[in-house]
Amino acid sequence: MTTATLDKRPPLAPLPWGRWSLRSGALIYLGSMLIIPLLVILHDDLRAGLGEFWHAVTLPIAWHALLLTLWTSALMAAINAVMGTLTAYVLVRYDFPGKPLLNAVVDLPLAIPTLVTGVMLVVLFGPQQALGAWLSQRLGINIIFAPPGIILALLFITFPFVVRAIQPVLQDLDREPEAAAATLGAGGWTTFRRVILPALSVPILSGTLLSFARGIGEFGAIVIVAGNIPFQTQTAAVYVLGEIESSDQLGASAMSVVLLAIAFGLIVLVGLLQRRSARRTS
Amino acid sequence: MRLLSSATITTQPPVAQRMRWLLIGIVVAYVAILILAPVGALIVGAFSHGVGALLATLRDPDAQAAFSLTLQISLITVAVHTIFGTVVAWVLVRHRFRGRRWLNALIDLPFAISPVVVGYIILLLFGAQGLFAPLTDALNIQVAFAVPGMVLATLFVTLPLMIREVAPLLQSLDQEPEHAAATLGASAWRTFWRVTFPALRWGIFYGVALTFARALGEFGAVLVVGGDIQGSTETAPLYIFRALDNRNDSAAFSVALVLGLLSLTLVFGIERLRKRARV
Repeated sequence: MTTATLDKRPPLAPLPWGRWSLRSGALIYLGSMLIIPLLVILHDDLRAGLGEFWHAVTLPIAWHALLLTLWTSALMAAINAVMGTLTAYVLVRYDFPGKPLLNAVVDLPLAIPTLVTGVMLVVLFGPQQALGAWLSQRLGINIIFAPPGIILALLFITFPFVVRAIQPVLQDLDREPEAAAATLGAGGWTTFRRVILPALSVPILSGTLLSFARGIGEFGAIVIVAGNIPFQTQTAAVYVLGEIESSDQLGASAMSVVLLAIAFGLIVLVGLLQRRSARRTS
Repeated sequence: MRLLSSATITTQPPVAQRMRWLLIGIVVAYVAILILAPVGALIVGAFSHGVGALLATLRDPDAQAAFSLTLQISLITVAVHTIFGTVVAWVLVRHRFRGRRWLNALIDLPFAISPVVVGYIILLLFGAQGLFAPLTDALNIQVAFAVPGMVLATLFVTLPLMIREVAPLLQSLDQEPEHAAATLGASAWRTFWRVTFPALRWGIFYGVALTFARALGEFGAVLVVGGDIQGSTETAPLYIFRALDNRNDSAAFSVALVLGLLSLTLVFGIERLRKRARV
């Protein structure tokens, strides 16, 4: 393997020790940053035994937190899939005044600390603020310290994920099939559904899965917006914090491993999706 | 005939024209409500108690200590990731070894792991009964509930940013100039500095901005590891959290505004410079 690459480009190959020190430097760095921490928490959980682990996760308070996390993130991801696709479509296909500004605003959430996002939503919708008070008194809608706040915060944070996944693919999309569909009499919606949407399925799906994964782990914005009310607004990450603070190691470890497993599963899924689509195009 | 058919495609019927403005309207309204309204609210909120209150908060020694700690942690994080992130990207793109794909997939994991879990893992490693506790005790270093632990937490959370900026650039880089430099007798190091680095430069700068912005705002992991000890492990986000808890809204909003502006300026500033450099 090494000799083959050396033969192919002899002038570039640096001294073997240089190669090996670079590689081992990278591997030691990744190993100590990623792999040791992951093994430690798994070890901590397995020591307690699977029965104890299951018991800790299915405690009513933990189970409620986990379900709340899952459904709010899923609803957010669904909204994000639709609005992200629409935004990317409008940004790529239409010209209108203010388009560069809109394009820049899409990146805004990447540059704002999530805790600050939470503060922003509290300033806008908090019960002591004008808009928040009006919404809750006139319409009976509570946003802060309630699930809608969680969903809004997650939508804000993950907005760029789907848009930026779709944009480059839509930009490079061959327009011939669309023109053909239109000539054959297909309407705008039919063309979109039958021609454009299938071509965008991989970026839409991977952007949506990534925003779902991000939503499940989010903490900073949620703890500000939703507070920490057990059985009402306590999400899984906030629950872990409570267990750490009350020194319940089993409870914290069990929920941490569930969150880790979901994150890991989703990242692997996105990786497989992208590799399959890369193979299909090449 | 050809002209005619292409004309029918490009000039849209009035229905499509109306559809197009409807779609643009929906997107603009969505972005305005979801993103611009909260941003505007924070700006108004921070100034609602007057500019004096904002300045008073920024002169508060606790707030200044928090900002200074945040900057220190962020600078260390950026320095480490600039060097090691570039090395990792290089090894992942240019080297071939078993397990490379797996490693490549693992790098995105910090994007998805909850920061609270990250903090908890570091406590498990370095806490009183932690795996590395004998080592840190022997060296007499405090990691958990101290700044070194907070640096580790921030490093973990920001790990993918630099690598994911540099790796794609390296992947699409034409290797001919490097071969030419090497044939002309340049050492590997010299080739990197004179040929490869200039091509990667803006990717690295943008990675620095993203890493810095993310490090400035890190909250969950730092809260768990640092324990929010006022005056010693309190960063700017932790200051905001405590101010909100104490119902000191004006202090919380002011620090949040400054923190948000800082990372915004950083990310958008670098992006502007990068665009100008390309033109």
